Amino acid sequence: MTSKHYEFKPLNVGRWLTWGLFALLLIVAPRIFTSGLAMTVLSQMGIAIIACLSYNILLGQGGMLSFGHAVYTGLGSFLAIHALNSVTAGSLPLPVSLIPIVGGLAGVGFAVLFGYVTTRKSGTTFAMITLGLGELVFALSLMIPEFFGGEGGVSGDRMAGKPFMGITYGPQVQVYYLIAVYTFISVGLMFAFTRTPLGRMLNAVRDNPERVEFVGYDTQRVRYMAFIIAGFFAGISGGLGALNFEIVTAEVVGAARSGAYLLFTFLGGATFFFGPIIGGILMVLAFVLLSEFTKAWLLYLGLIFLFMVMYAPGGIASLIMMNLRVAAFGRLRELWVSYLALAGTALVMLVGAAAMIEMVYHLQLNTTLGSELRFLGVPLDAKGINSWFGAGMVMLTGLGLFELTRRAFLREWGEIQEYIEKEIKRREAL
Amino acid sequence: MNAPSTYALELKDLRKSFGKTEIIRGVNLAVTAGERVGIIGPNGAGKSTLFNLISGRFAPTSGQVLLNGQRIDGKKPFEINRAGLSRSFQITNIFPKLSVFENLRCGVLWSLGYKYTFLKFLADLDDANERAEQLMEMIKLDRKRDTLAMNLTYAEQRALEIGITIAGGANVILLDEPTAGMSKSETSRFISLIKEVTVGKTLLTVEHDMGVVFGLADRIAVVVYGEVLAFDTPAAVRANQRVQEAYLGSHVADAQGAAH
Amino acid sequence: MEFFIISMLNGLSYGLLLFMLSSGLTLIFSMMGVLNFAHASFYMLGAYVGYTVAQFVGFWPALLIAPIVVGLLGAAFERQCLRKVHKYGHVPELLVTFGLSYVIVELVQLVWGRIAVEFRPPEELRGPVFTLINNSVEGLRMVWGAAPPELCSAADAAIRVVCSPFPATRGFMMLVAVVMLASVWLLLTRTRIGLVIQAALTHPEAVESLGHNVPRVFMLVFGAGSALAGLAGVIGGSTFLTEPAMAATVGSVIFVVVVVGGMGSLSGAFVASILIGVIQTFAVAFEYSLATLAQQIGLPLSDAVANNSYVKLTLSQVAPILPYLFLVLILIFRPRGLLGKREG
Repeated sequence: MTSKHYEFKPLNVGRWLTWGLFALLLIVAPRIFTSGLAMTVLSQMGIAIIACLSYNILLGQGGMLSFGHAVYTGLGSFLAIHALNSVTAGSLPLPVSLIPIVGGLAGVGFAVLFGYVTTRKSGTTFAMITLGLGELVFALSLMIPEFFGGEGGVSGDRMAGKPFMGITYGPQVQVYYLIAVYTFISVGLMFAFTRTPLGRMLNAVRDNPERVEFVGYDTQRVRYMAFIIAGFFAGISGGLGALNFEIVTAEVVGAARSGAYLLFTFLGGATFFFGPIIGGILMVLAFVLLSEFTKAWLLYLGLIFLFMVMYAPGGIASLIMMNLRVAAFGRLRELWVSYLALAGTALVMLVGAAAMIEMVYHLQLNTTLGSELRFLGVPLDAKGINSWFGAGMVMLTGLGLFELTRRAFLREWGEIQEYIEKEIKRREAL
Repeated sequence: MNAPSTYALELKDLRKSFGKTEIIRGVNLAVTAGERVGIIGPNGAGKSTLFNLISGRFAPTSGQVLLNGQRIDGKKPFEINRAGLSRSFQITNIFPKLSVFENLRCGVLWSLGYKYTFLKFLADLDDANERAEQLMEMIKLDRKRDTLAMNLTYAEQRALEIGITIAGGANVILLDEPTAGMSKSETSRFISLIKEVTVGKTLLTVEHDMGVVFGLADRIAVVVYGEVLAFDTPAAVRANQRVQEAYLGSHVADAQGAAH
Repeated sequence: MEFFIISMLNGLSYGLLLFMLSSGLTLIFSMMGVLNFAHASFYMLGAYVGYTVAQFVGFWPALLIAPIVVGLLGAAFERQCLRKVHKYGHVPELLVTFGLSYVIVELVQLVWGRIAVEFRPPEELRGPVFTLINNSVEGLRMVWGAAPPELCSAADAAIRVVCSPFPATRGFMMLVAVVMLASVWLLLTRTRIGLVIQAALTHPEAVESLGHNVPRVFMLVFGAGSALAGLAGVIGGSTFLTEPAMAATVGSVIFVVVVVGGMGSLSGAFVASILIGVIQTFAVAFEYSLATLAQQIGLPLSDAVANNSYVKLTLSQVAPILPYLFLVLILIFRPRGLLGKREG
């Protein structure tokens, strides 16, 4: 299936509306989700959105696959928390609200330093360099306790300095609104970036680096500058994280976090601007909520990622846009049944697989509690052949049915795509 | 012919070896400003390599390339482009995920001085947008303004390629087999397009189609085995004994029939 | 002196292990343009599968069975997943192997748990291959196998005796590595399938038009590369630790090896592997820091400077970052790698 990319071109009214709605959503969210957990989740979402968008400047806009983005968010966090401690100690008269900017500047500084070496190469080599640098910084973090705080990390207190208009950042909701402001501004700035000459040439570098040289641009310079800009926003995200959690440990520069940025940005969709926003939201939901449901959540995540790369490399954003396109041509109604069937069969398959996975975990971890467990209200015996057979059958049945529905769906989808192509040609000829 | 004080493009004893094999074996060429030069030769003679040497994709092993009297050999492609030389490619080299309009706009940005700025919006760059519109009309793709480049037909993509090549206002244009893969009718239309859009510019074209070359070029350079066998007017080249032996052969009859 | 020899041999064996892994990686990269992120995961899988098989039928059959299992899994992955994303380009290919590495780590933790398992080498390999005895009176001697305790301690307190054993597992590692590499080299250069592979390395389309089933060749190479990684895993897992983190620790080092050696260059990977293996092994053993160096050359340091944590850092503490430091230095001074020809 060839991947097609679309320019979503709202009218100016549409643009004001979208941004207005976004701002409204940010303001109103804590009123709708009022629990303490919700406040934490919302705060983290803002941080994650900025991080993933900054990552996508490299991945989706520049075609640069980085395995070490956590270096810039993490170092931003560390510098921010040190700055915060300086504010507490009285040696730095900086309002706490501006601490994330310190993170941003740290991101810029390190991007200038590391980016020079990193952006000399492209493609796979670039990816390996970012991997190596990430490991280097992570390994360094264990060696320089003054900066990285050793095992316990570095803690801080965000209720530092003088309160600003009564805001002390003690209650979580105040931190949330700070994050919301930074999120809105950062998203806006990053979106604006895509509309500038540098932003467009970055896309050109992604599409055809050689051609770019022949229209007068130094490809390496374009990449380097984009790297620095991405580093700035990464640092902002890190700085906000430092304020939010009030502690920064070495894992913020680790490979696991870099991998998470990659995974979720890709999942959300690297080919559209709003894809990483979806990715950031999913990232927080997965880490905070999904991990509570099942211990195998990373496995599920990895599998979903694999399927996305193989079947929907544009991510969730592209799936949404493709369906919007189908809707624009009036053919979306026909697909409802197929989508329901796909979802249903996938669910059956998932239930069977999950039952088996939970049984394995149970065997491994809870051996002292006996071999029985309840899964979705059904009693299973992890050592009993019946349970395994049953779960296996459920999964295989689901798999078979899924395959059938998938093929039928692809036929329908293909026919609709052909229709759309013809329509486009017809309209062009008018 | 009067020898001008500086040639638009000059190659002095240009040589290029890949490992032990010498592909370009001492090429000397002097092209006057505004001239149209066709470069012909059998496959593997080194025509594309010559272009790659001139445009900076490779550095020569020895020898010089001078653009308007300034040495450009060994410089990076973007430096050469900024000095006023632009090229197209044999295998279409456009920006597939950008629209036709965006493709052309990318081509003009540097020449209008916008460099690496991220503090201005593209929508506000009136001169860039106007120039891109002009170019679109020149290459007759204005109806496909918002189509993604990868969704164009082959001929349209080749036209876009030319558009990007001339976008920056370079005065020396290198076209590498511009009509490759086109039918007869497409070719003749495309050649008219090329003539229109390169008025007043110095043009070097690598071509296999003899009819095209003999009709388009002021002078023809025949490259065989990395050397220039002849560099003269079409008629003189056709009559050249060495060229006939080495290369033209039966092509002479075709060319005489097809040239207009 | 004996310390130097033993450390050198240890370093060589570690370097050869690294080369076992990075050679497979380089071959797959040269041929398919794919940098297999999951290569180190296959290494880990080999160790775990070897451990389980060894529990049933013993170490030696496991040495044969585990790589085959891993190789089959690799081939299956190539056919089912990698082939599908081939048309999207190199970045999706890398991403799919990245996703696989995630999945494998999680599956391993699912089946075998999160703590290390005791994968012990077989009886035959538990002792040392040879022992170097450094007797301050009698000089340096070598005995095969373990040295009897009487030779290792001196009755007289004035005589210093140091016994340095060289573990059989390490020796076996070197042996397997050399045999494996020799057979791969022979296979590539002397057999027909080897010639086809060599040709497909640089000109896959030409080879396909000659009638060879290039996709099948790719699957074969990927499977073979995975099998070799699995073999390295059985050996590495029984010599070192078998735990879920082993993929990550060795994974990043082999990527460094491949970039430092020059992407796509087997000889470069060899040089880089040995270099990094030896240097890391030596570094870990050195307790020297800048402070001790200053002491040695008689440079007096003020208290404040001598207590600075950077100055106090010993080489052994710095050892983990040495490969990455290498990487950065190479990229600054020689970006195409030690022996690299192709661009990544």
